[in-house]
Amino acid sequence: MHPVRRQRLVLVVFVVLFSSAAIGLVLYALRGNINLFYPPSEVAAGLAPVGKPLRVGGMVEKGSIVRDDSSLRVSFRLTDYQSSVDVVYVGILPDLFDEDEGAVAAGKLNANGVLEATEVLAKHDENYMPPEVAEALKASGHDIKGKPI
Amino acid sequence: MWSFFHKLGSPPWLYSIAGTILRWLLPITLVVLVAGAVWGLLYTPPDFRQGNSYRIMYIHVPTAVVALAGYYVMAIAGAISLIWRMKMADVAMRAAAPIGAMLTFLALVTGAIWGKPTWGTWWEWDARITSMLVLFFLYLGVMVLYDAYDNKEAAGRACAVLSLVGTVNIPIIYKSVDWWYSLHQPASIKFTGESTIDSSMLYPLLLMIVAFYALYTCCLLMNMRTELLRREARTGWVRRLIVEEGKG
Repeated sequence: MHPVRRQRLVLVVFVVLFSSAAIGLVLYALRGNINLFYPPSEVAAGLAPVGKPLRVGGMVEKGSIVRDDSSLRVSFRLTDYQSSVDVVYVGILPDLFDEDEGAVAAGKLNANGVLEATEVLAKHDENYMPPEVAEALKASGHDIKGKPI
Repeated sequence: MWSFFHKLGSPPWLYSIAGTILRWLLPITLVVLVAGAVWGLLYTPPDFRQGNSYRIMYIHVPTAVVALAGYYVMAIAGAISLIWRMKMADVAMRAAAPIGAMLTFLALVTGAIWGKPTWGTWWEWDARITSMLVLFFLYLGVMVLYDAYDNKEAAGRACAVLSLVGTVNIPIIYKSVDWWYSLHQPASIKFTGESTIDSSMLYPLLLMIVAFYALYTCCLLMNMRTELLRREARTGWVRRLIVEEGKG
C-alpha cells in the first residue's frame, strides 16, 4: 500500500477507535442515568431517591391489583421476584397492563416507600405468537417461554 | 480484478452498470415487497396479547434494521473516499445519507404509532429510542454538512469523518435494550438460540427484511446515478447521453 494511503488508513482507524473509546467512557459514567427505571430490588435496597421523580419497572405481581369502586384509583405491586414495590395510581391504565406482565410506573416514592405514580406504561416483552399457540402452551402447562410451570 | 476497481472509478461505466442492475433489481424488489407486505398484513395470525397492532412490525423492523446497516454503507464509503480519494465512494456516501435518514424517520414514526396502543405512550426517552433519534440526526448532519461547503472535496472529507465518528452509535442502538433497563423489548429474532417469535409471524418478517435491503440497494443506485449526472453535468459523456436519450 502506498505510504500516504497507509497513513490515512491509520488515521481512519484511529478516529473510529478513539471516538468509540470516548463515547464508551461517557456511557459508562452515565450508566445509572441511562436506565429508564429502577428495578424493585434497588428500591428496596434504598438506592432510589425518595421524593424525587423516578420510574420503577418490573412485573405486576399476581393478585396484587386492587381497583377502587368509586374512582380510577388503582393499586398494585411491581416485583422482580426478589423485592416488590407498592404502587398507587389514579388514571387510565394501558390496555396491555395486566398481572404477570411487565409495567413501568413513573412518579415519586413517599416516606412509606409507596410509589405515587403519575403515569403507568405497559412493557411488552419479546414474545410474539398466535392466540392458539399461547392457549396450547397454557393447556400443556407451559408458560409463554415454553418452560413448564 | 484490479481492472474492475478501475472501472468502478469511471463515472460513465458506473452510471450504465447501475442502470443495468436497476432494470432487473427494481421489479424483483417490488414483487418481494408486495408479497411480504400482503403475507405479513393479511395472512399471519394475530398476536395473543397485542391482537393486530403488532403487524406494524412488518414495516418497523425492516426499516430499523436497514437504517442501521445503511449507516455502515455510508461510513465505509466515507472511509474509502478518505483513504483512496475515490470519487465514486464520495458519491455513494452522499447518496446513502438521505435514504438512511428516511428509513430512520420511518422506524421512529412506526415505533411511536405502535407504542401508543402497546405501552400507552407515543414517546419515552429510553435508551433504544433516544439512540435511534441520534442516528436520525447523524444522517441529517451528514446531509447538511455536505451542502454547507462550497468546496465539495472538503465537504466529502468532513462528512466522511462525521460518519466514521457516528459508527459508534450503531452497536449502542443494537445493544441498548440489553445493556440498560429500557421500555423497548429485547430482539425477538435471535442469531444464536431460538427466536421468541412464532415461525408463522417470523417468515414474512424475514421476507420483508430482505425486501427492504433490496429496496435500499435500488434507492442507493438511483440516488448515485442522479448525483453522478449532477457532478458530471459539464462532461462529454453526459452530453452524449442526453443527445441519445433525445433521439430515442
